[in-house]
Amino acid sequence: MIELVSNTRCISCGQCVSVCPTRVFDESPSGVPVIARQDDCQTCFMCELYCPVDALYVSPHDHPIDAPGETALAESGILGSYREQIGWGKGRSPGAANDTSYLMFKAMQRTPGH
Amino acid sequence: MGNAASIRSDVELTADVLVIGGGPAGTWAALTAAAQGASVVLVDKGYCGTSGATAPSGTGVWYVEPTEEQREAAMKSREALGGYLADRGWMKRVLDRTYSNMNDLALAGYPFPVDDEGKSYRRSLQGPEYMKLMRRRVRKAGVRILDHSPALELLADEHGVGGASGVRTETGETWTVKAGAVIIASGGCAFLSKALGCNVLTGDGYLIAAEAGASLSGMEFSNAYAISPTFSTVTKTAFYTWATFYYEDGTVIEGAGSQQGRSVIARTLQTQPVYARLDRATEDMRSWMRAAQPNFFLSFDRIGIDPFTQLFPVTLRLEGTVRGTGGIHLIDESCATAVPGLYAAGDAATRQFICGGFTGGGSHNAAWAMSSGSWAGEAAAVYAVTLGGRRERREPKGAGSERQVSALASAGDVQEWTAAVKREVEPFDINLFRTEATLTQSVGRLNGLWRTVQHALAPNASDAVKLREAQAMTATARWMYASALARRETRGMHKRLDYPGADAAQHYRLLTGGLDEIWVKPETAALSRLEVNQS
Ligand SMILES: Cc1cc2nc3c(=O)[nH]c(=O)nc-3n(C[C@H](O)[C@H](O)[C@H](O)COP(=O)(O)OP(=O)(O)OC[C@H]3O[C@@H](n4cnc5c(N)ncnc54)[C@H](O)[C@@H]3O)c2cc1C
Ligand code: SF4
Ligand code: SF4
Repeated sequence: MIELVSNTRCISCGQCVSVCPTRVFDESPSGVPVIARQDDCQTCFMCELYCPVDALYVSPHDHPIDAPGETALAESGILGSYREQIGWGKGRSPGAANDTSYLMFKAMQRTPGH
Repeated sequence: MGNAASIRSDVELTADVLVIGGGPAGTWAALTAAAQGASVVLVDKGYCGTSGATAPSGTGVWYVEPTEEQREAAMKSREALGGYLADRGWMKRVLDRTYSNMNDLALAGYPFPVDDEGKSYRRSLQGPEYMKLMRRRVRKAGVRILDHSPALELLADEHGVGGASGVRTETGETWTVKAGAVIIASGGCAFLSKALGCNVLTGDGYLIAAEAGASLSGMEFSNAYAISPTFSTVTKTAFYTWATFYYEDGTVIEGAGSQQGRSVIARTLQTQPVYARLDRATEDMRSWMRAAQPNFFLSFDRIGIDPFTQLFPVTLRLEGTVRGTGGIHLIDESCATAVPGLYAAGDAATRQFICGGFTGGGSHNAAWAMSSGSWAGEAAAVYAVTLGGRRERREPKGAGSERQVSALASAGDVQEWTAAVKREVEPFDINLFRTEATLTQSVGRLNGLWRTVQHALAPNASDAVKLREAQAMTATARWMYASALARRETRGMHKRLDYPGADAAQHYRLLTGGLDEIWVKPETAALSRLEVNQS
């Protein structure tokens, strides 16, 4: 579930408010969106991908947790890690171009019972 | 819902074609309709580009080279699993259309990888990239997109369907789109189980189609459960092909597996936890897997588990009709329903024509979504244009507004009703291991629930959406179980403990429909009934 909107990183672009399929965020007067309906979060990680400055953290759990703080998340390299893997962001190229599904597909055809 | 057509909406638009849902099916429909010169509005409950089952995930695609041999093998491979309810004519058309659509995606800039033989590999699409591209293409084609704008009701008159209405969840405003033709591409129904990307998929399209008089088919094939780590929503299952499943004490659960052994996992989960480890993957495979499906590893990495070397607890998450095959029934190859002006595509429509009674995983659903979407878009555009000037004079009314409203529902009521539906559809003992007795009892409870939810009225726009979802899930569960009761045999993913074998005499597709009274009929009989009604 979504656990963090970093107000030090956020540049108030509003992307997360728009792209979240289940409308978890609300705009706020400060410009930094607030997590208004955490219960509605479906843990799909899409907001993280669309945040241009890696200000969001979606924990992998399907329920709220006592999530690590921003400093710990940044130090462990988790903030923005998914966006980097997908290859989105300035100076990166789409990870889809390195999709090795074809190797898995071949392996799958060789797997008995498939 | 009130009578949306007579009360003025805050946002009122007209278009040749209205597309409800902006996943793969809806975006392909919007593109092909626009390519025919139609004006198109696309509404999505969430955000076209991130919403639905594909966007956060990714799909293998049924992309098969057009050689006789490869196509034959592809068609044959799933026929038995699907209980021989699929149709080779439809399969051929889907294979052709998918092949050309995937090649079209390459031209549009999808970054397909190059394989070890130097060829562009087109059998897989990563969801975020695919759906970002589709949104861009749809916008470029001049389609008007309304995000966060769930459709709650169709509009209809004596000529058929003529638009839809709903709310804009950001502002609470209402919207109405009058259109010559409507395509329902709102996905399947996963009953708010939080399977990856599926919480927007609550069967809304089935309900509004049924209110307008459409029927459904294959609703007994609606009990897909996907493997996921217990802590995570990631229901990507392909890699469990290389998993071994264990009891808590570390001994192997015999017979448990991803493809054939999910029932064994379910049986074990009823009494104790089940653990998995991808220990059958070779060293090479481990790095391929990461590059193929980064999202599979996301939750493991964040929790600090190495799925190749460490045991992790798994569960089965209900995906309902999303990876089942039931949905709105289509009467011809244009993806038309029996209601004039109404089309359906993708998971919202039945996928029996190409999968029969089983999909589970792997490539057919994605191929169906892009093919059926394309056909529905083309046909809807042609239909809308033939209506010509007559369209301007139509005053279609809400197709679901005949209902009598009895009581104002609080948010708490709606939550309780949603929980009540989930109690009927999630348990393996009712939905996976089916019997006459348990299904009959469940239908009784669901009928009671329907009598309550259908008369309720929500106090505001955002509650109206949740109430509508509760109504749609209740209706969906009733069609599922009525069909499951009618099929007194085991076929495809539909397993009856009291009828463990397939029965040649029941080798037909089942149609269902109705709201207060649910009916179920074998396909041919039901079709002739519709023909009689229309003449
Ligand atoms: C984890 C996972 C993995 C999968 N892997 C594969 C695979 O490898 N191969 C394969 O072939 N298939 C796979 N599938 C299935 C595949 O994702 C679906 O078949 C496909 O997404 C269907 O496309 P669709 O456009 O019909 O529906 P969706 O992609 O679900 O889109 C439906 C859209 O409709 C919108 N909507 C819903 N209700 C309303 C409403 N009332 N008003 C307006 N809009 C509404 C939603 O917001 C959503 O955007 C997988 C599914 C899951 C969950
Ligand atoms: S993880 Fe998905 S549902 Fe949750 S806040 Fe982000 S975009 Fe919204
Ligand atoms: S997407 Fe990121 S930068 Fe933009 S408003 Fe949301 S948190 Fe702030």
